[in-house]
Amino acid sequence: MNTLIHILVRLILVSTFSHVALADDAAAFSSGSALLIRNATVYTMSRGATDPLKATDVLVQDGRVIAIGQGLSAPAGTIVVDASGRALTPGVFGGLGHIGLEEIGLEQSTGDYAQRLGQMRPEFDVTHAYNPESMTVGVNVINGVTFTLLTPASTSGGSLIAGLGAPVGLDGTAPLPARFMFVDLGGDANDLSGGSRAAQFMLLRQAIVEARAPNLVMVHDERLLSPSGRQVLVEFLKGNGAFVFDVDRAIDIRNTVRFAREEKLNAVIRGGAEAWRVANELAAAGIPVIVDPLHNLPDSFDEVGSTLQNAAKLRATGVTVAISLNDTGVDDAGKTRQAAGNAVAHGMPWMDALAAITRSPAEIFAVTDRFGSIERGKFADFVLWSGDPLDVSSLPDLVVAGGKLQKLESRHTALRDRHYERVKSGMAR
Amino acid sequence: MTSRRSLNLALLTGLLTALTACSATGPMKGKRAPKTAIPQTGVVTLTVSPYPSTYKPAVSTPRLIRGATILVGNGERLENADVLLRNGLVAAVGKQLEAPADALIVDGRGKWVTPGIIDVHSHLGVYPSPSVDAHSDGNEATSPSTAQVWAEHSIWPQDPGFEAALEGGITTLHVLPGSANLFGGRSVTVKNVHAVTYQAMKFPDAPHGLKMACGENPKRVYGNRRQLPSTRMGNVAGWRSQWIEAQEYARDWKQYEARKTAGAKDLRPPKRDLRLETLAGVLRGEILIQHHCYRADEMAIVVDMSREFGYRVSAFHHATEAYKISNLLAENKVCAAVWADWWGFKMESYDAIPENMILVDAAPGGCAVVHSDSAEGTQRLNQEAAKGMAFARRMGIEIKPEHAITWLTKNAARAIGLDARIGVLESGKMGDVVVWNGNPFSVYALTEQVYVDGVLRFDRANPRALPESDFLLGQPAYEGVIR
Repeated sequence: MNTLIHILVRLILVSTFSHVALADDAAAFSSGSALLIRNATVYTMSRGATDPLKATDVLVQDGRVIAIGQGLSAPAGTIVVDASGRALTPGVFGGLGHIGLEEIGLEQSTGDYAQRLGQMRPEFDVTHAYNPESMTVGVNVINGVTFTLLTPASTSGGSLIAGLGAPVGLDGTAPLPARFMFVDLGGDANDLSGGSRAAQFMLLRQAIVEARAPNLVMVHDERLLSPSGRQVLVEFLKGNGAFVFDVDRAIDIRNTVRFAREEKLNAVIRGGAEAWRVANELAAAGIPVIVDPLHNLPDSFDEVGSTLQNAAKLRATGVTVAISLNDTGVDDAGKTRQAAGNAVAHGMPWMDALAAITRSPAEIFAVTDRFGSIERGKFADFVLWSGDPLDVSSLPDLVVAGGKLQKLESRHTALRDRHYERVKSGMAR
Repeated sequence: MTSRRSLNLALLTGLLTALTACSATGPMKGKRAPKTAIPQTGVVTLTVSPYPSTYKPAVSTPRLIRGATILVGNGERLENADVLLRNGLVAAVGKQLEAPADALIVDGRGKWVTPGIIDVHSHLGVYPSPSVDAHSDGNEATSPSTAQVWAEHSIWPQDPGFEAALEGGITTLHVLPGSANLFGGRSVTVKNVHAVTYQAMKFPDAPHGLKMACGENPKRVYGNRRQLPSTRMGNVAGWRSQWIEAQEYARDWKQYEARKTAGAKDLRPPKRDLRLETLAGVLRGEILIQHHCYRADEMAIVVDMSREFGYRVSAFHHATEAYKISNLLAENKVCAAVWADWWGFKMESYDAIPENMILVDAAPGGCAVVHSDSAEGTQRLNQEAAKGMAFARRMGIEIKPEHAITWLTKNAARAIGLDARIGVLESGKMGDVVVWNGNPFSVYALTEQVYVDGVLRFDRANPRALPESDFLLGQPAYEGVIR
């Protein structure tokens, strides 16, 4: 009882000093005790749920959610957090990016997300480069980002098929096995297709022919793929993984939809600046779109039709929408939440926008067992927010990722604390 | 697909020969400078710019915005109060203002009103959309000192980014050259008004800035060419040698003017030098230094250098480590124009923290400014400030909206030498006003009306039928877009 009172007293501080107050709790929790979130407004984001569940408790034991309901009782030794009605959501999706794959953007020696072998290597798998101890992991998780997609990039000297990527939880654990193949299309990939986007589907078809019918290739034919590349590609062609096409122009998206139908690919559109213009076709084909709702300028001649209403229009047409910034900088992962809020400001229903950074990306990449919803039996992966979960004026008061309560501390907070003391002391230099 | 910032970074890494905008300058503080002084043969000083502003606000009907929550811009907040715009100016701010007979009444109940937002770090027009090679006009990356170039001569007024920024409440933009060079060239302040020529956007009688750059960018660009600077010490030597030249140039002109005033005959004026004219303008206090600089240690060197040569830094831009020297900056009256949460995209931004603006603000006399350096970010500077407020709350510091707005208005105006004319809603200031549909420090806040010099330039209730940008006009792919 004493422990409970102690914790409740500390939780009064949660709204202002949550990272400090919860530090000890995080240590206790990770050693196997239970966690009870009391009186939260729970957005479970599970299919069929009537979210939000008001005045609801969530009980976690051994890293899993074991009960969701009202008036739950806590076993002895449970860490109890009084949410006072604050919103509890699944952990936020950080988008397609390079967390743990780069430390410093401009320093090539710290960046591992693109190959420049001068060959098409669909088997290039960026998960092998993931560093769970990168600062980019810890900084993002304390802002409520609990999972992201490790995503390869196409770059000069590389290939249209950038390679393989996978979801990863930002709790320090290993990435999941590669789950999608990333393909760059459109004008910004012209230098990877001999100078023309017309050659992009030509090259993709050639690769597919090699993978599907290796005997069709004569001994002296020039091959695009290595033997292991053919093996990997054929597995994806069998449906064991998604193809993420990074493409913006309406006609290019239309051609991608047709290509996916003809080749029977499990396709996802990423970017899709002009996707709203072909929304009906995307909806009919059941192809999800990962959009950047902040993107509204014609950065290139592939994106003349960019608009802040892209996400809302796609959703209104019935397209499954997930949100990722187009920028893949490690500092942009937490900005998916800001992007979702802006999508709401420009017409997307609030619950759809929350789904676009929780459940929808988990569904698109088949990781609903770990991410994207709060459900009994699943790993605990959620965030208690200081206010509206989609508003930039809110921050996490508590983060549970991969079943573990996270300390809200990072290299950033350490820098902040050290130098705030210096500022207060009046030190000039 | 590649977003603008990625592209900028790609350019910075040298994939293309030009450098882009990102990570270029710094803000400053400043008194209002006199009109640009242009020495010319036979004339010591002209008070008229050879590229004068032709901007004249349209005649506007007086407007009385009534019953709103007003963030004045000077730290004050008024509830259920009014703003009267007349003759292009703020005529009055207060409660129960009398409506002039000819005034249109704007129902401000439930709305929030702020001064027009000022972005002190913009590359709109000089790195416009679309960002094709032909539009790379922001870095004259052919010499480490190009103080002779003027960003205004690169501005493409058709950049669709301007109208997108207007919808975000931006009424004034300070457009800078990029950060490839130690001295990048003159920056310029423009009103965010659609025009065919930049002169018709140019802020009348605003002081020029001079963009300088610290750190990685200049030393990378020129180091890759095996020329000075290739190191940080080379950066400093490069700046100092230029200032020495500028001192001599300024002295020659001063002597000439003194002799002429004394009645000497047959005097030959010194030869004009565009590069040194700019630098001498800084030493005379007419041109304000906007210094791109990330690291605390480098900013401290720059402060020492400004004392060595007798000028003042108006603002450090980006200044991701400003929080480590908040007191030094405050003591020297230097503003820090910062992002909310950019970090890690280059080594010198590794120590950037989202509380940067808060710690700058926390020093007595600190001047925090929120800037964008981004065509996306400039559309929502209010959200950038809101992020800072959230991180402040997390460390136990409560920042009120009426205070946070100063980072986007009053302090920003000070950084570009225009605090006598914009940035605060008070009688006599320019009629740059934004009406928001709620508290602007929310992700859901949208502008409803944006006034520039009393003229309603954006009205969400009456969206434009056509884009203002000629570039977007008649583009089939753009049809159906309502921004």
